[in-house]
Amino acid sequence: MSNRHPPVQDFATDFDHTDAAWVADPYLIWDDLRQRCPVAHSDRYGGAWLPVTHDLVSEVAYDTDHFTSRSVVVSERRPGPEDLPAPIGVSPPISSDPPFHGVVRRMLLPAFTPKPIAALEPFARDLCRELLAATDGRSSFDAALEYAQHIPVRVIVKFLGFPQEDADQFRGIIRLVLEEVDLPPEEREERFAAVDAYMDAQIEDHLARPRDDLTSFLLEAEIGGQKLPVEHVRGTMALLMVAGIDTTWSAIGASLWHLAQHPEDRRRLAAEPDLMGTALEELLRAYAPVTMARLVATDFDFHGHPFKEGDWLLLPFPAANRDPAAFENPGQVQLDRATNRHAAFGLGRHRCLGSNLARMELRVALEEWLARYPDFELSDPAAVTWSAGQVRGPRRLPVTILGRGG
Amino acid sequence: MAQSTFRVHVDPDKCQGHNRCYSVSPDLFELDDLGTSSEVGAGLVPVGLISLARLAVANCPEHAISLTEVQS
Repeated sequence: MSNRHPPVQDFATDFDHTDAAWVADPYLIWDDLRQRCPVAHSDRYGGAWLPVTHDLVSEVAYDTDHFTSRSVVVSERRPGPEDLPAPIGVSPPISSDPPFHGVVRRMLLPAFTPKPIAALEPFARDLCRELLAATDGRSSFDAALEYAQHIPVRVIVKFLGFPQEDADQFRGIIRLVLEEVDLPPEEREERFAAVDAYMDAQIEDHLARPRDDLTSFLLEAEIGGQKLPVEHVRGTMALLMVAGIDTTWSAIGASLWHLAQHPEDRRRLAAEPDLMGTALEELLRAYAPVTMARLVATDFDFHGHPFKEGDWLLLPFPAANRDPAAFENPGQVQLDRATNRHAAFGLGRHRCLGSNLARMELRVALEEWLARYPDFELSDPAAVTWSAGQVRGPRRLPVTILGRGG
Repeated sequence: MAQSTFRVHVDPDKCQGHNRCYSVSPDLFELDDLGTSSEVGAGLVPVGLISLARLAVANCPEHAISLTEVQS
């Protein structure tokens, strides 16, 4: 949580996604804005917009003419002339626009289909068991810090082929990139420089000793007969780290937070393993961690709002998932929800590249947790803290174990 | 008497590779190397799989799947 910005008085005209009220409960804010706006504005961050209905969020996601993905994290600093311009951007392909976006994305997609992701599942399962074994004999511990946060970082470190012992170092870097968006620009520059330096060392090491991992895959990849420029490889590696860690950590943590407070859902999920398919999607819908962002590409009128080139736009997929016009009883978690076109992984051509990886990690993390700890509750609901910014998830989640599995 | 059956179809221009349909029913949907989905074969849905076909339609975030009744 941050105190660097003054508190928000009215989210319709002055929203801030690092504000304490937003961090505590964004759903109330979005519900209110859906009635009143449904496109909010803020002068913060140099000018930003916020649509909160499913229809408007979809419309923006599909419109790559009026919106650019050149930067997808709202901060005090917009991309400048020194940054790689669209259509490539600093971290392709998330920061790329068509047609370059499609070329880079197609190069990466084969590495993220269900089959290669399934090959990582045994590693993820062993990891979850190892983390749970480390909690053995304790009646309470922090499920976010001691369990959820370690899973995606160690899986992505394995996937990229970086040393497992570097996993801890990353978590620090990534939190600074994603959560401390209201830092002064020069301080953010220093954080990014640290990420680049680490990636450069890994690139050198993998060029010297190629192996069967995603880093070597990127270094070998060609577009139009040309190897990728080193800044492209570095940007994509940084993207996979940043996009793959806080997000899945948040989804696992939020799901455990829900289950800790809903004994009936917990018991049902433990008793009916076949429910996991719909349950996973429902937890992703209700607690979708990721809000994306766009920059307005050109001056135009968006449903009566004067959008100007360079304005930020927050794209809250979690708000779309709670829109009563798109989902029946959206505030209610129904583990067997049969119609569930949720947008947790985005919509359109920027659909989350790692969605199969995230689903595998979330499913394995919940299966292993419930097998060991079928019954648990929050130790102190007031002690739970949530991240600020565009990725929402519990960062402190003290739980008390009530019963043990086999 | 003509028997009615159902045909499922994935619009390749709309599919963004969420793979929701494939996880609902790998018997009805298959993925290419990029993770883009298409119906298996001609998309004719066996009677026992009609409810899964409906579930796939109801869970595609891109509204890319159609289910139509055909005479056979």
